[in-house]
Amino acid sequence: MDKTYYFDYNATTPTDPRVVDAMAPFFTEKFHNPSSFYRHAGQAFQAMEAARASVAALLHASAKEIIFTSGGTESDNLAIQGVAAKLKAKGNHLITTKIEHPAVLNTCQHLAKSGFEVTFLPVDRVGMVDPDALRQSIRPATILVSIMHANNEIGTIQPLKELIAITHEKGALFHSDAVQSTGKLPINVKDLDIDLLSFSSHKIYGPKGMGVLYVKSGVKLEPLLFGGGHERGLRSGTENVPGIIGLGKAAELAGQEMAAEEKRLRPLRDRLETEFRRIIPDIMVNGDTRQRLYNTLNLSIRFIEGEAMLGYLDQHGLALSSGSACSAKSLEPSHVLLAIGLSHEDAHGSLRISLGKYNQPADVDKLIEVLPPIVEKLRSMSPFWKKK
Amino acid sequence: MLYSEKVMEQFRSNKNYGRIDNADGIGKVGNMKCGDVMWIYLKVDDGIITDAKYETFGCVAAIATSSMAIDMIKGKRVEDALAITNKAVAEALDGLPPEKMHCSLLAEQGIKAAIEDYHQKKAAAK
Repeated sequence: MDKTYYFDYNATTPTDPRVVDAMAPFFTEKFHNPSSFYRHAGQAFQAMEAARASVAALLHASAKEIIFTSGGTESDNLAIQGVAAKLKAKGNHLITTKIEHPAVLNTCQHLAKSGFEVTFLPVDRVGMVDPDALRQSIRPATILVSIMHANNEIGTIQPLKELIAITHEKGALFHSDAVQSTGKLPINVKDLDIDLLSFSSHKIYGPKGMGVLYVKSGVKLEPLLFGGGHERGLRSGTENVPGIIGLGKAAELAGQEMAAEEKRLRPLRDRLETEFRRIIPDIMVNGDTRQRLYNTLNLSIRFIEGEAMLGYLDQHGLALSSGSACSAKSLEPSHVLLAIGLSHEDAHGSLRISLGKYNQPADVDKLIEVLPPIVEKLRSMSPFWKKK
Repeated sequence: MLYSEKVMEQFRSNKNYGRIDNADGIGKVGNMKCGDVMWIYLKVDDGIITDAKYETFGCVAAIATSSMAIDMIKGKRVEDALAITNKAVAEALDGLPPEKMHCSLLAEQGIKAAIEDYHQKKAAAK
């Protein structure tokens, strides 16, 4: 097995070599602390601010609305805990959904233990939030609504603009975890009129350990970290300059290349879906096939278990992921798949394919060649297959 | 997830899965909620397990422990097979990740359930 085939871009992406090149000087000759006095520090500061402007451009934001963090998880925490702490005198109610990333879900669970009430909105069979259900759950005490833009497992894209308008009508703030959509879909924070938006660098071919929280001008938060008052006092700590430069470059490249990537990847994803539906009996496609990330395909392959599929795929050098309990180190399968109403059996048999920049048509051919015999073999071993 | 080479060897091996028609004992254990279901089939001749097979819906560890359990009981006397513990199955696989130890328990339960079924069938035939 020499070549490996990577189909897990929603988990993480390789850093683009152009990003690595942009970062390199900032580890060595341009190592200076942007807060220092001398001219070199000024250069580091300017490079950092140029990167901030690139990130702002990707979101159609102003540079001063961009806060650099250590990643998507920190951005989600800062947004939710920051609003909760700032507005607790105004209200103690938060609204989110059942299909959020754990960074949002567990932050909300944590707040629920310390005096806040949290509504976890359900979703329908394809993973969509019902705007009317949101409207009905907003109370006078609601201070924040946090709903992800695109789901990491099934790719369903929420109607953010409508959900934000409903939230604002009722006087609450709106945050979105846009980790999976940023760099894949155009995002215009001005047009959305969103208050807070999180994303992560390593999902857009930037370095790991970097994230962004967009904070609309005028929205006030309490920080999580106290110190030297960096990032407008919202995120103290000497800036990760190489990381920021890398993220800036990744944002710039995403802005330039995303439309072409969509044109290239959507037909590859659609081909996988069509071929698997044709070749493999008893499969289901999870997610909203009308409003879905163009790189994501989530299948439930009935009568077999996901991790066992991953095990055989790995033998062929193919890297994918599954919503089965076994691949998640817990006994519960994916909360997202259960929330869209899948049985435990179908959730355990799920397989997620997420395509990206370095996938070629030949990779897709390889997957179409390798997966069906694996499914057949595992089904022949399953006590449920022949007796149906 | 890091599995031992023995686990991957058993997982890849084709030798032990399948069903036995007219089995003398069948053990059905596990549940769909935690994603592991194991069926063990036995052929018993004169108190000796002459053939055994498994069918498993489960992860890499569940399949590997099923296959190892079959290796461990084939050719054994029924009483000796009953004495096999989940620890022994896990050890024979050079260990399992902690969160996968429940899979080895399933193998022990599967063997016990199949032997119990064998005893019941034998008693019913008398």
